[in-house]
Amino acid sequence: MTDTTVSQGWFTGLANPTRFLALSGKLLPWLAAASAITLVVGLYMSFAAPEDYQQGITVRIMFIHVPAAWLAMMCYSVMAVAALGTLVWRHPLADVAAKSALPIGAAFTFLSLLTGSLWGRPMWGTWWVWDARLTSVFVLFLMYLGLMALHKAMDDPARAARPAAVLTLVGFINIPIIKFSVDWWNTLHQPASVMRLDGPTIHPTLLYPLLVMAISFTLIFFTLHFMAMRNEILRRRVQAMRRQAAQSIGGGAIGGGAIGGGETR
Amino acid sequence: MMALLKRDLAIATRSGGAAMLGVLFFLAVVAVIPFGIGPDLNLLSRIGPAILWIGALLASLLGLDRLFQADREDGSLDMLVMQDWFGLVATVFVKCLAHWLATGLPLVLAAPLLGLLMNMSATSTGAVMLTLVAGTPAISFIGAVGAAIAVALPRGGLLVSILILPLAIPILIFGVSASYAAVTDPDPFLPPFMILSAIALFFAALGPVAAAAALKGASD
Amino acid sequence: MMSHEAFVFISYAATAAVLLGLLAFTLADGRARKRELAELEAQGIRRRSQAVQGGKS
Repeated sequence: MTDTTVSQGWFTGLANPTRFLALSGKLLPWLAAASAITLVVGLYMSFAAPEDYQQGITVRIMFIHVPAAWLAMMCYSVMAVAALGTLVWRHPLADVAAKSALPIGAAFTFLSLLTGSLWGRPMWGTWWVWDARLTSVFVLFLMYLGLMALHKAMDDPARAARPAAVLTLVGFINIPIIKFSVDWWNTLHQPASVMRLDGPTIHPTLLYPLLVMAISFTLIFFTLHFMAMRNEILRRRVQAMRRQAAQSIGGGAIGGGAIGGGETR
Repeated sequence: MMALLKRDLAIATRSGGAAMLGVLFFLAVVAVIPFGIGPDLNLLSRIGPAILWIGALLASLLGLDRLFQADREDGSLDMLVMQDWFGLVATVFVKCLAHWLATGLPLVLAAPLLGLLMNMSATSTGAVMLTLVAGTPAISFIGAVGAAIAVALPRGGLLVSILILPLAIPILIFGVSASYAAVTDPDPFLPPFMILSAIALFFAALGPVAAAAALKGASD
Repeated sequence: MMSHEAFVFISYAATAAVLLGLLAFTLADGRARKRELAELEAQGIRRRSQAVQGGKS
């Protein structure tokens, strides 16, 4: 009846998500407020920044394009760390974190591709080039979609967790391989150095808005990620409760003990 | 381990096995290309290496989902997973090797014929064969990860391709660039080929371990 | 040929649309899950750790 009669095994399993719900519930409003404030400041700074003498007004696309690309990478890194958590420590929250980061990462990757395309059209004269940087980001997008498909394909989240974690880690190793291909593959094309932050090559008037926007995007990511994680925890609770209800009905009809099969399949 | 290799090879080369189907699919994919882009021999010889590579990649992916399915169906997969960790990794490695011998090697051997159809020069065909020898094992090894993941799924075939294709892109990139480097003069052949070999070795180390982890995870 | 301002505008608009869409989806998803949870609880189905959860949102 009460938590004193509760056995220890599942208690530790559920306590962490529960504690996470409590903690993230307290944290979320602050995170949301911080991301809103930095977004407003960042947007203001972006439009107050002087226009680039070469790129004109299109340089403003950089303020969303570059942070989106960074976040696309960071989100995958977060997922890789979570995958490690799933595989090594079997932490129940790790899989929740990895899964709920997927759509957000896919969205940021899509945004970086889209804004890059919109930036490339006026600057390079083409929407898309099969340049190593663009291609690797495109592959990243495909991996996000593939992982989402994998999660969709399995009904039981617990069974999808470890395969998805393995794939996430394998895919993470792939990113630098594709990235390094810039030196050997399609070198004819102009390098994507316009989008790179090589310290002093970018003027401070452009750098600061970019950094503020990056911070803002990062906060937005964590806000959305926490929200998605809370949803995922609730979704799994509902699923567990439904299964339990179905089992108790089925088990009651049969006479009690014939539930064991539900665990292995 | 030798017995396992022989057994897997026997299953694959049986009538209706994966080996034959893979080569036929390879032939079909490559044969379709000229219909799509027109019978311009100059163009075909220029893009030939790339087409052969794409065809080989798709053909290797085709049979991948069967890598562990047969074992799952006859129940021997549980036995495999029950081994200790090193044994499982070694088993997966041998299975990948068998898969490559059964599907990858025939593709390499079929490549010259298709090179002929694509009006490719002898050097170009040779380069494609050499890169395929180095590259297709990498596809088998990394594909094992996808196959291990999909083994828990009722219909994993398409999913394997979707999951593995992004990971196979570096293989394709360096395979094709090495093939082209062999024909076009200023580009050296060796650097991309070395990278391709390095990727193959890396995947040979990574693939079985990750696949074993996925198999363990799926059987929990 | 569109003016450069249009490209900038489309970029910002698309980013806003995608992020807002994600936010709206996440919020709606959360509402739906909470509703499901409430329905299940109304049916008298209890989580094993009901005492721990203690009527949290």
